[in-house]
Amino acid sequence: MTRLTYREALKQGLREALQSSDKVFLLGEDVGRYGGSFAVSKGLLQEFGPDRIMDVPLSESGFTGAGIGAALGGMRPIVEIMTVNFSLLAMDQIVNNAATLLHMSGGQLNVPLVIRMSCGIGRQLAAQHSHSWEPLFAHIPGLKVVSAGTHEDARKMIMAALLDPNPVILFEYTAMMNLEADMEDPLPAVDLSKAKLRKSGKDLSLITYGSGVYKCLHAAGELAKEGMEVEVLDLRSLRPIDTEAIVASVRKTHRALMVDDAWQSVSISSEVSARIMENCFYELDAPVQRLNGLEVPMPYPKHLEDAAIVQPSQIVNKVRQMLG
Amino acid sequence: MIPYQMPSLGADMESGFLREWKVKPGDTVKRGDIIAEVETQKGIIDIEVFDDGIIGELLIKVDDKVPVGTLMTHILTKDEAAAGIKPEKLTVQQAATAVSPPPVQRHIKASPLARKIAEEKGIDLASVKGTGPDGAITREDVERTTQKTVPAERSVSENVRMAVAAAMSKSNREIPHYYLDTTVDMTKSLTWMAEANKKLPLQERLLPVVLILKAAALACREVPDLNAWWENGPVKKDHVNIGFVVSLRSGGLMVPSINDADQKSLAQLMVALNDVIPRARAMKLKSSELVQTTLTVTSLGEGAVESVYGVIYPPQVAILGFGGIHEAPWAENGMLDVRKVMTITLAADHRATDGQTGNRFLLAINKNLQQPEKL
Repeated sequence: MTRLTYREALKQGLREALQSSDKVFLLGEDVGRYGGSFAVSKGLLQEFGPDRIMDVPLSESGFTGAGIGAALGGMRPIVEIMTVNFSLLAMDQIVNNAATLLHMSGGQLNVPLVIRMSCGIGRQLAAQHSHSWEPLFAHIPGLKVVSAGTHEDARKMIMAALLDPNPVILFEYTAMMNLEADMEDPLPAVDLSKAKLRKSGKDLSLITYGSGVYKCLHAAGELAKEGMEVEVLDLRSLRPIDTEAIVASVRKTHRALMVDDAWQSVSISSEVSARIMENCFYELDAPVQRLNGLEVPMPYPKHLEDAAIVQPSQIVNKVRQMLG
Repeated sequence: MIPYQMPSLGADMESGFLREWKVKPGDTVKRGDIIAEVETQKGIIDIEVFDDGIIGELLIKVDDKVPVGTLMTHILTKDEAAAGIKPEKLTVQQAATAVSPPPVQRHIKASPLARKIAEEKGIDLASVKGTGPDGAITREDVERTTQKTVPAERSVSENVRMAVAAAMSKSNREIPHYYLDTTVDMTKSLTWMAEANKKLPLQERLLPVVLILKAAALACREVPDLNAWWENGPVKKDHVNIGFVVSLRSGGLMVPSINDADQKSLAQLMVALNDVIPRARAMKLKSSELVQTTLTVTSLGEGAVESVYGVIYPPQVAILGFGGIHEAPWAENGMLDVRKVMTITLAADHRATDGQTGNRFLLAINKNLQQPEKL
């Protein structure tokens, strides 16, 4: 076991990826000399040199397009978009090129690209820099979308994403950078297509991803003290969604509560809820419930920001209600 | 040709067992004759005919359980009987279908899983109490039901208990009761009664309870609002039929009615009580003594506690409670005395009447008890 921060886990993942092949390189704003705006790639420039750790101009559309071009040309680029908030500027490249070229080329041109972006809420970055846009990307056929809600996934998802022949969007979480956790060493590889049961239980399924995973685990721990055995299912892959794992969990617990910080309408939670209805309606012993971020532009003050996103105490209360 | 159907012997009766036919086809009957015994939750009840005529074919076999409204026989006129008219026989099934109300499509809130399990195990969700959010039936509720053993056939006294339970629960659930009480000086009544009893042979002597009953029955005339039923609104009744609560030794209650109590003399009331109380205890009451009650009286009798607050028997709108007669200090005209007193309580349906009505009613009873010679 080693204890390390989420940031360090990400860095180790990147290092492993860079070491795995000369074709792998990182490009993004301030990833080199500055060490990454969240210090994830700090020291990698010295370790791998400027050809592998590439600072780019402030043009998300430009450098994402460059990444797509490099992937088409046989390289294995990792594009870092500083935060998800700026990904909108690269949306055309992502949706109309990365996600579509395999189809447009009749299967001749695949795009083996990994796009990392830091995501989420919780550091008082206000309405323009606190987005949870996993649902936007999970909507698009041609992309794989994964979310690193634990240290384990922060460490291992980059490598797994690189091995995929098609574009993968990898969400990392700003608010978790300094969070420490124990990790097995060495870690087994992750299977990006599968959700993972983080905690087993029989009374209710908490279905979550990303920043919701640790919140749910915390809530499940509180609930265990009251004798409620709650299961925590980390979706990990938001496109495709592992319906089988969701159904298996609901078949076991007969109650489901979705938890994530994104706005509720037309969200991952909506999608999971619909899949439960479609696939295991007759297993439900209570209506499916959702806890999401409030549908407002993110407020700046700390207390209002806290009020706008899901807190573990809310999860505990909601589960108590659902279990009567 | 008049059809004779299984009567409803109470608002909560759905069906009854025919235990005995007391007539055979061709017998001549007149209004009020008892033609059969029917067992309900309230025990075995003699059922009467309401028309004169000749009994037709008996359509129900002894020990058959049939829903209220099922055709049992016909009452024929002399001419019809002479002409040998045979009523067209309806099967029990048809009759039942004809009278049973259309099934109420009530949506039962149950989880999909609870529904699935209930279906697999053949459980009627209507019989399951939900404990989930908003009272929804959950898997646990259904499973709890399946664990219960099927209740054994209940004895008559258990049936009476359940009938009382159902009626009282309904009452407390639906009726907003209000309560009034007053304490009455019984000296005049008791003195008058003692004098009257001196002139009467032992078996005809009066008990205080008949004075009370008569005083209450006459008060019903003066304040008719409480001599009523609640049937989607207050409905005053023309007759004063006082239900008298009789405790059964095996537990439970029977409330036989003394019909037209306001028209009966004290002597007649005494006879009526002596007749009906033993029959109530034996559960041998007539249908007309059970279903026409307009006001119930519960009287605890001698040596009992001082007051009793009743629970209204629906669809009635009031119940009177008479506590035990006892000696108490009594202030009157600035002087203190010891008198025989009795506390009268009234529980009444606030939907039908207000406190002022109840007040007038209790004052009327008091006034009647102070003028025993007029009773």
